[in-house]
Amino acid sequence: MTATTPAHQPANPASFYMIEEDHHPEGSTAFGFWMYLMSDCLIFAVLFATFGVLSTAYAAGPTPKELFDLPLVALNTAMLLFSSITYGFAMLAMEKDRIRQTQIWLAITGLFGAAFIGIELYEFSHLIHEGATPQTSAFLSAFFTLVGTHGLHVTFGLIWLVVLMVQVGKHGLIEANRRRLMCLSMFWHFLDVVWIGVFTFVYLLGVL
Amino acid sequence: MSAPHSEAAHTHAHGAHGTHGSGESHGTMGSYLIGFGLSVVLTAIPFALVMMGSLDRQTTALLVLGAALVQIVVHMVYFLHMNTRSEGGWTMMALVFTVVVVLITLGGSLWVMHHLNANMMPTPEQMSAMP
Amino acid sequence: MFSSDFLKTIFGRLTLESFPLHEPIIVATFAGVVLGGVALFAAITYFKLWTYLWKEWFTSVDHKKVGIMYMVLGIVMLLRGFADALMMRGQQAIAFGENQGYLNAHHYDQVFTAHGVIMIFFVAMPLITGIMNYLIPLQIGARDVAFPFLNNFSFWMTAGGAIVIMMSLFVGEFARTGWLAYPPLSGLDFSPDTGVDYYIWALQVAGVGTTLSGINLIATIVKMRAPGMTMMKMPVFCWTSLCSNILIVASFPVLTATLVLLSLDRYMGFNFFTNVNGGNPMMYINLIWIWGHPEVYILILPAFGIFSEVVSTFCGKRLFGYTSMVYATVVITILSYLVWLHHFFTMGSGASVNSFFGITTMVISIPTGAKIFNWLFTMYRGRIRFELPMMWTVAFMLTFVIGGMTGVLLAVPPADFVLHNSLFLIAHFHNVIIGGVLFGLFAGINYWWPKAFGFRLHEGWGKASFWFWVVGFWVAFTPLYVLGLMGVTRRLRHFDDPSLQIWFVIAAIGALLIFLGILCMLAQFAWSIWKREELRDVTGDPWDGRTLEWSTSSPPPHYNFAFTPITADLDTWYDMKRRGHERPVGGYRPIHMPKDTGTGVILAGLSVVFAVAMVWYMWWLAMLSLVAIIGVAIWHTFNYDRDYYIPAEEVARIEDERTRLLQNATLRNPDSPRDQDRPSFGAGPAAPAEA
Repeated sequence: MTATTPAHQPANPASFYMIEEDHHPEGSTAFGFWMYLMSDCLIFAVLFATFGVLSTAYAAGPTPKELFDLPLVALNTAMLLFSSITYGFAMLAMEKDRIRQTQIWLAITGLFGAAFIGIELYEFSHLIHEGATPQTSAFLSAFFTLVGTHGLHVTFGLIWLVVLMVQVGKHGLIEANRRRLMCLSMFWHFLDVVWIGVFTFVYLLGVL
Repeated sequence: MSAPHSEAAHTHAHGAHGTHGSGESHGTMGSYLIGFGLSVVLTAIPFALVMMGSLDRQTTALLVLGAALVQIVVHMVYFLHMNTRSEGGWTMMALVFTVVVVLITLGGSLWVMHHLNANMMPTPEQMSAMP
Repeated sequence: MFSSDFLKTIFGRLTLESFPLHEPIIVATFAGVVLGGVALFAAITYFKLWTYLWKEWFTSVDHKKVGIMYMVLGIVMLLRGFADALMMRGQQAIAFGENQGYLNAHHYDQVFTAHGVIMIFFVAMPLITGIMNYLIPLQIGARDVAFPFLNNFSFWMTAGGAIVIMMSLFVGEFARTGWLAYPPLSGLDFSPDTGVDYYIWALQVAGVGTTLSGINLIATIVKMRAPGMTMMKMPVFCWTSLCSNILIVASFPVLTATLVLLSLDRYMGFNFFTNVNGGNPMMYINLIWIWGHPEVYILILPAFGIFSEVVSTFCGKRLFGYTSMVYATVVITILSYLVWLHHFFTMGSGASVNSFFGITTMVISIPTGAKIFNWLFTMYRGRIRFELPMMWTVAFMLTFVIGGMTGVLLAVPPADFVLHNSLFLIAHFHNVIIGGVLFGLFAGINYWWPKAFGFRLHEGWGKASFWFWVVGFWVAFTPLYVLGLMGVTRRLRHFDDPSLQIWFVIAAIGALLIFLGILCMLAQFAWSIWKREELRDVTGDPWDGRTLEWSTSSPPPHYNFAFTPITADLDTWYDMKRRGHERPVGGYRPIHMPKDTGTGVILAGLSVVFAVAMVWYMWWLAMLSLVAIIGVAIWHTFNYDRDYYIPAEEVARIEDERTRLLQNATLRNPDSPRDQDRPSFGAGPAAPAEA
């Protein structure tokens, strides 16, 4: 291996620049989207911390034991877990370039996601009906905000999913659409990870 | 600094042209099913423990937390396909950094607020003694 | 009544009384702004510049133009924030005993809140982001940032936040809570007006932009470095920017989430930070400082990077201890996350917690001290050229070290119990933010202006500005140290003890000196633009630079580099010159570039509408604009046609023009064009620099 070119010798431009071929940096989208998810982690960290600090601030209102319906939460968790595996199947179908199959799995994922949102809305309306509104106590404020923020994320995921189904139908599994499907995949699985935290800290440890 | 050219050639992530565009590993049917199966088990155990309430409180809490921790790792590996190689290790580094910051935020807040509440918040007796 | 209900539905709580017509100062300011705005509008229309501005600037995704727009925003907002500062200094200089001064409490409280918010969020942040935006792709040999559209969108969100905060001056009022809006004061019970809502929504809109731009710049640095540029061959400025952006991505979400919780309290009656139903205001203070402390490092780290580049260039030496500089930066990044409680030692968390955070705070001074020594050792035995960027750097080192030492004083919890919320604290953080961040930005502006515009800044006006700023800073803030030690607290509108007045008068004189410094700086810009042909630099490398941005023309073509440079060593451009670099003059290829788009402007505009609708409780408008935001965002994703190729002929035309200019320059000054081009040292403010 030779050392660097001596200073006085005129050097070949090719040692300074990419002369022969163009420089194509690889795509940054996956990494950039991962950074976004990491920033989202911090939002949830704040909500979890707030819930942790306020989780016993019942203000003479209802306690988790009186409120939470664990079988319902288990059902909800199942919905999200199913949607995770079906999204995985959509990605496998995408790998094999099967447009129709990808769309079907996306649709099934969307249905599970919608079921999750439906159950959560039912739970919320049930709580509010019982008088356990977010205004009742700091604990309930923190509960509704944490779980609601997760639900809002899932809702945005659903809107995104529908848009992607349309775009896959319109343009097929082109590079741009594959990239988008992969970003949504990360988003969707990320929400599942957050949900593990929610059902553990909020529901299970709450009623314990 | 003896041979900058050779060093540049193999340490730089961009050197590997055309290995992948967005085509990171998406896992296989097998890995997804393993991940799913593990997740089901790791969800069922804590729910069952809490709903049956057969163990004492502290043991249950520890087991529930342990299951959650393991399940988060399972999701990371089998669904999010985390490894130390993708994007030249940057995704993993970003994740580790985030985990550290999240733990500082969570643990720090709980610690600080615990002390603040203990020192500064009136006890119920003090509250009822107020005019 | 029918009509009042109807109006309430349409306008929410906006009524004619919302316009502060009873405040003569505001009315006069408003009249001035309207006149200025109309004049500007008319001038743009008269010179038919709207199409040019829209096509070349507003919708541009070119990181250089976005960067310049950030700088313009930051400088405009500096004038607003500084006007607030002058008002405060004026009030405190006269409001003693019988004299109530000229500002009532209601107005004064808004002034000090607006000053803090504007200076941090809409001056320091845009200026820092602007400089990072402009330089990072150039320094790493890239053609744009990783997500060019997002970059444009981020800028407009920041500008949107600035527009919301400026609106609060004339419609309704701004927060009267101090710059971090602590509850319960900022809760609905104690601040029922629009002030805190303006605060929340201005920061939320701008915060989206800041977070996205942080993600964008991280991805740019990580993924788009030129071939051969390993992390440890990257310019220090890129390193400090990387760490700063990591802090942005890891801390701004905390601010966003905290403000969401505060808005839930205010808008929906939640009980996070209220005094009733289990709410806990201390939690807000804890959370806001988890964001707030990293924030100051977000500002100072890029400034450290600027100083490193300047010191290395103007001493003609490789930076001393590059590796230790990088590690010091990384250590500061992580430590900045472990010190937030030192902002509320006095809240009562007790000895164990306070000592932990006191110690971590003091530990930060170690890597920071290491940096100072690195700069000093770079200067040692260097051939120092005391041009403007270097002068700002020396002023920084002298000023910042004192600010840092008063910071270590404040980090001692028992001392903090005496100094907390006193003017000593105010003097301390102005000492580090003006002496560190602002001086760094001024060094950077003087250093990179020739790169951005192709001509140098006038040295005489620059020196005048420098001396007014540095002297003015010390005259303005030394009295505050003294007053703080005597126990005077911050945010006071009126004083009873006449013996204090002299200090406030001195401080006001200092503020006036700084004002002259700002005027000289504006004059420097204007003069330099006016005399740009005399100050022209065609080499693209007026300072004998060391990093890649100096290898291309000034201003750089919009594709930055006709050929992507290959990095073999730290200080790439210096290394290239040493190895007998020759610029390729043919064989150009088409260049792949992103297309401009107006979607960023539209989305940010809709966000401003949403923010204002939320402030004034115009629910229909809020819903409508929210739906529109989502709709436009989705519509944007249906556009797959986002890039184009600059034809090789176009590249050849631009590069041939540069070849011609370079040849002319060499013909005029065959021996050493660089030394001939530099203006002489003693040029007074009025003397034109020699050609």
